[in-house]
Amino acid sequence: MMGLIRADNICVRFGGAEVLHDVTMAVKPGEIVTIVGPNGSGKSTLLRALLGIVPVAQGRVQRAPGLRIGYVPQRLALDRSLPMTVRRFLSLPVRVSDAAATQALARVGVPSVAALQMASLSGGQLQRVLLARALLSDPQLLVLDEPTQGLDQPGEAGFYQLIEDVRAASGVAVLMVSHDLHVVMAASDRVICLNGHVCCEGTPHVVSSAPEYRALFGLGTKGALALYQHVHDHDHTHDHDHSHDHSHIHDHSHV
Amino acid sequence: MTTATTTLTYTITAMFDDFLTRAALAGVGLSLATGPLGSFVVWRRMAYFGDATAHAAILGVAMALATDLPVGFGIMVVSLAMAVTVATLAAKGWAMDTTLGVLAHSALAFGLVAVSFVPGVRTDLSAWLFGDILAVSRGDLAFVWGGAVVVLALLAWRWQALLTATLNEDLAHASGLNPDRERLVLTIALAIVVAVAIKVVGALLIAAMLIVPAAAARGLSRTPEVMAGLAILIGAVSALGGLQLSLWQDTPAGPSVIVVAALIFTATTALGRRLTG
Repeated sequence: MMGLIRADNICVRFGGAEVLHDVTMAVKPGEIVTIVGPNGSGKSTLLRALLGIVPVAQGRVQRAPGLRIGYVPQRLALDRSLPMTVRRFLSLPVRVSDAAATQALARVGVPSVAALQMASLSGGQLQRVLLARALLSDPQLLVLDEPTQGLDQPGEAGFYQLIEDVRAASGVAVLMVSHDLHVVMAASDRVICLNGHVCCEGTPHVVSSAPEYRALFGLGTKGALALYQHVHDHDHTHDHDHSHDHSHIHDHSHV
Repeated sequence: MTTATTTLTYTITAMFDDFLTRAALAGVGLSLATGPLGSFVVWRRMAYFGDATAHAAILGVAMALATDLPVGFGIMVVSLAMAVTVATLAAKGWAMDTTLGVLAHSALAFGLVAVSFVPGVRTDLSAWLFGDILAVSRGDLAFVWGGAVVVLALLAWRWQALLTATLNEDLAHASGLNPDRERLVLTIALAIVVAVAIKVVGALLIAAMLIVPAAAARGLSRTPEVMAGLAILIGAVSALGGLQLSLWQDTPAGPSVIVVAALIFTATTALGRRLTG
């Protein structure tokens, strides 16, 4: 089974600065993968490179033939000068039927916003409408760039729950970027910790206890400190696990 | 009563007088292109961009007359060159406000200086600057409608992609569209409109003909299509109203068209504000 999308040793440069260095990663059908990392770690750039928005200086990005991607951008700067109802927005760039639009809005939990102006939506409503539009193309892969930015805690938890529900219902793979860690990691099958390069990668449990991750995000609670001490003792072993996991994915995609 | 009678008389006169019919048709034809294109200019905040492109037209006029090429062709070539220059500089991250200011005004200044070297144009200069809608010939009319239909067809063909790219370039990219290509479509459409509009409203007010009707339509619109359609309607009403004003008070036609459009803008903005609270 081939991955849906993969990056092999990609480097991305802006001007002289290397934003991404030697990044290799892949997304398999049906899995939820989250990219975490501090501000400026290249998370969004990695998504944009995968989508083909920014060119890669080295390495290559491969997509499964005919891959349908549903994209939820980080933010939609809505200019007041452009009148746009939610219903009209859902028909961009591919026109959809009223029935499909109604169903998509109901699915993401905002059934009654179709006639509203996009600019009048709350942050939470807007994110759900963006998700509805992405789902209308019947995607195999959903790509979300910091989808809960500007939402409060319950709004955030609700949105990730929705993502999980959508995945459970349709089997769509999800690749998302986040800097809010705890909620998003709980909702993920696999986490990639990024800081210009892939620091560590694995299940949320493995990553949250990896020293590279802790070095980036601090230690959190006292319990986590104890866990850190424990992991630190097994640093070497863990690194080994990580590389193994890594090459496994690599082999996988070559088949 | 007298005023109403006079207006009526002029309206009837306009219906039968050939040069007035041509002028009216030219104004309506131009609005077909400026309505939708002007909407994009407003949505994408390209107002100054439109100005630079339109001002470059005077240089195009001078060059065409000096080389005996068709004026419409000269305008289109120079406007396109200006639009591409601006787009390229913008992509390279130049400070656009200053750059566009420099380009827009230099293009006009160079054009005016160049025109002074071409014999016979000096006397016509105000026609190029402010338009000469009452002197529209049959050939001009065909050029205006031909250009307007091409622009309208171009925008209709790329409509969904243009809207998506205008809303969010990343969204367009992820849907397999190329925002750069859509920008080029608008650039070409703009160059055509400048060439078409110079006869009607003049180089100085082409950008106004793009922006004012579209801005006037905004307050009354809930979707992009309604706004573009209303912008056509408001542009056409402004053209006819301005023509009337020009005949009636012997005012310059191009500026009169924009005056009517600006009055409509004031009215619809007030109305739109009341409607939306």
